[in-house]
Amino acid sequence: MTKPAIPGADAIALSLHIPEPTARPGDVADFSHLRLDAAGTTRRPDISADEADMRELPYGLVRVLDDNGEALGPWNPQLAPEVLRKGLRAMVQTRLFEDRLFRAHRQGKTSFFMKSTGEEAIGVAQSLALAPDDMCFPTYRVQGWLIARGYPIVDMINQIYSNARDPLKGRQLPILYSARDYGFYSLSGNVGSRFGHAVGWAMASAYKGGHRIALGYIGEGTTAEGDFHEALTFAAVYRAPVVLVVTNNQWAISSFSGIAGAESTTFAAKAIGYGLPGLRVDGNDFLAVWAATLWAAERARTNRGATLIEFVTYRASGHSTSDDPTKYRPADEAAHWPLGDPIERLKQHLILIGEWTEERHAQMEAELSEILRDAQREAEAVGTLGTSKPDVAEMFEGVFKQPDWRVIEQRGELGIQS
Amino acid sequence: MNMIQALNSALDTMLTRDPDVLVFGQDVGYFGGVFRVTDKLQQRHGLERCFDAPISEGGIIATAIGMGAYGLRPVAEIQFADYILPAFDQLVSEAARLRYRSNAEFWAPITVRSPYGGGIFGGQTHSQSPEAIFAHITGLKTVIPSTPYDAKGLLIAAIEDDDPVIFLEPKRLYNGPFDGRHDQAVASWAGHPSAEVPEGHYTVPLGKAAVVRAGNEATILAYGTMVHVARAGIEDSGVDAELIDLRSIVPLDIDTIVASVKKTGRCVILHEASRFGGFGGELSALVQERCFYHLEAPIERVAGWDTPYPHAFEWDYFPGPARVAAALRRVMADVTVMDL
Ligand SMILES: Cc1ncc(C[n+]2csc(CCOP(=O)(O)OP(=O)(O)O)c2C)c(N)n1
Repeated sequence: MTKPAIPGADAIALSLHIPEPTARPGDVADFSHLRLDAAGTTRRPDISADEADMRELPYGLVRVLDDNGEALGPWNPQLAPEVLRKGLRAMVQTRLFEDRLFRAHRQGKTSFFMKSTGEEAIGVAQSLALAPDDMCFPTYRVQGWLIARGYPIVDMINQIYSNARDPLKGRQLPILYSARDYGFYSLSGNVGSRFGHAVGWAMASAYKGGHRIALGYIGEGTTAEGDFHEALTFAAVYRAPVVLVVTNNQWAISSFSGIAGAESTTFAAKAIGYGLPGLRVDGNDFLAVWAATLWAAERARTNRGATLIEFVTYRASGHSTSDDPTKYRPADEAAHWPLGDPIERLKQHLILIGEWTEERHAQMEAELSEILRDAQREAEAVGTLGTSKPDVAEMFEGVFKQPDWRVIEQRGELGIQS
Repeated sequence: MNMIQALNSALDTMLTRDPDVLVFGQDVGYFGGVFRVTDKLQQRHGLERCFDAPISEGGIIATAIGMGAYGLRPVAEIQFADYILPAFDQLVSEAARLRYRSNAEFWAPITVRSPYGGGIFGGQTHSQSPEAIFAHITGLKTVIPSTPYDAKGLLIAAIEDDDPVIFLEPKRLYNGPFDGRHDQAVASWAGHPSAEVPEGHYTVPLGKAAVVRAGNEATILAYGTMVHVARAGIEDSGVDAELIDLRSIVPLDIDTIVASVKKTGRCVILHEASRFGGFGGELSALVQERCFYHLEAPIERVAGWDTPYPHAFEWDYFPGPARVAAALRRVMADVTVMDL
């Protein structure tokens, strides 16, 4: 006797899809799945345009610099050569700084370190493009923001060494800086948890009738956290003057971007469901990063609300000093990254327009290395992790504005006079 | 005023006094909150000062922290304390530590108001008392009023405080007063002395306990709804107990607690949350550490049972005067009898 037919029951056995990257160690790196529009081809709507009229942008790619270093199309921000050189200098300094401090970690001078290699254009261009009193709510891969704004390098190193001059008094993991005067909000170790703070801060600025706007950063892997969606909801609902940035560097520790949903859509396209403009931008193109940031900032400053920007980039180094990326991706994958290296690309552009030379570049690198060496020497004269630390009394400060009896008693137990 | 009106008056006073104060949360705007604590505030102060938030507890607290970092004093409502958990990371990892980790470059002067506790047949998800999990988080303050007068004064103090404050409002006392006889109908606050609430600005300082009833034979430590249960339990027991309303568990008024227990030599701790790992454990340890040589009997804890909050068994779960009276009689009993 045949069973009564259940609709669809004999059609297809269900199967579970587990996303996998296009290449693993030993494979040939493959980025052919990425949609990469040619430089200069993406439309630039007026900042007053409606979100509904720009829904193709989250699926395109804003690029200004082509493969030869020429600046093309409507997004070219037409920056003065001095500004470009300033950006180049900050990016180079960031990379040299990180290489030096990475070595310092290997020498046991600190417990932990993270690099932004290959992503320097983002923090640096946004730092220079926004106003001094705007506030960025950073991730751990935008130390270029501080370097571009001239934050004292020696203080950054003191923080990383947790030494007696650590501006955060030994209370924070290395590179989780706080620098209010440089528009740099305090970093916490919980990824994504500051994204909503950017929205709240921006709402406060609007509430006070001020002019300052906020910039929030989140990694593509972290867009899976509730914080991301909560922040977008609030930003959209209250039309907060905030620029919300996803740095899509393809990897979240060992998980490729597909694990956060990149196989189904783009990160910029998440904006559409919230009614926000979404821009997908070449994050290794200093000029495109700058132009997209200004466009979104102008919208925010004119009460047009928030914008979500996805910067398509590549994390060329390991996740942190505790990570070996050759264990999960082709060792030479970075070399195949189709959007190149942000420093090389800006340098090439400056050379092409006759504003820079290889000699000047080499000279600048030598000069910056010397500055960094001096700063590192100065910090090491104070001490490195374990050889120097702030007064232990600092451990008990700042829990509350006024210490309560627990802290007063407990520091007494450690023999600290109050 | 009942407690709801007193809280409303506190918010109204602060919205009037300080343009940096704003109030938001689910349903708090036009509707005035599901318990009406924010009633008419939007009408009086405008949309921008008192508004509705999405059903997103994490988003509400994150946004409040960002506002606080800018320089505002936001008062966020979480509709029930049971729903603070979706925002727990923001409170623990962000609000509580912002000042510490940034070396005081940023801080979060936020007040998180939330109706809490049982006694209104709210089932598991509208009845819990999560104060102990906040007390354990260094950097948060946790305040729990027991009368309309305190509710207003403490809420104003919380809003003016530069640290993040969790302000837990005992739902059972909203329309109160509560005579502690938990299985009887709620009476009106009218005529109750603590319901005489002044108009305008005044504060009750955080971290200062109230000696509600002086006594010589034993000390009862309680807060929120349990203050009223304790009073009824003392009556029933016939023991001359001193009743201390802690008002806030962080900061904790350790001096008042120690002075009282040293005087009476006996201590009963009362709270509504489950006993195991509850805040009573911390109180018990503190009293033991500081008053051991003055104690004439083991410390007693009366608390909710170690089960989820049960709907049909609400009055079996809720610590009532009978259990308090029994505990008082036990601490009064001869120690050798206790050993049996
Ligand atoms: C809430 C939270 N979960 C997990 C971690 C551990 N963790 C640190 S970085 C990281 C990956 C983040 O990836 P992504 O957002 O893509 O940023 P990226 O590191 O690539 O810049 C994880 C899982 C954390 N710090 N916080």
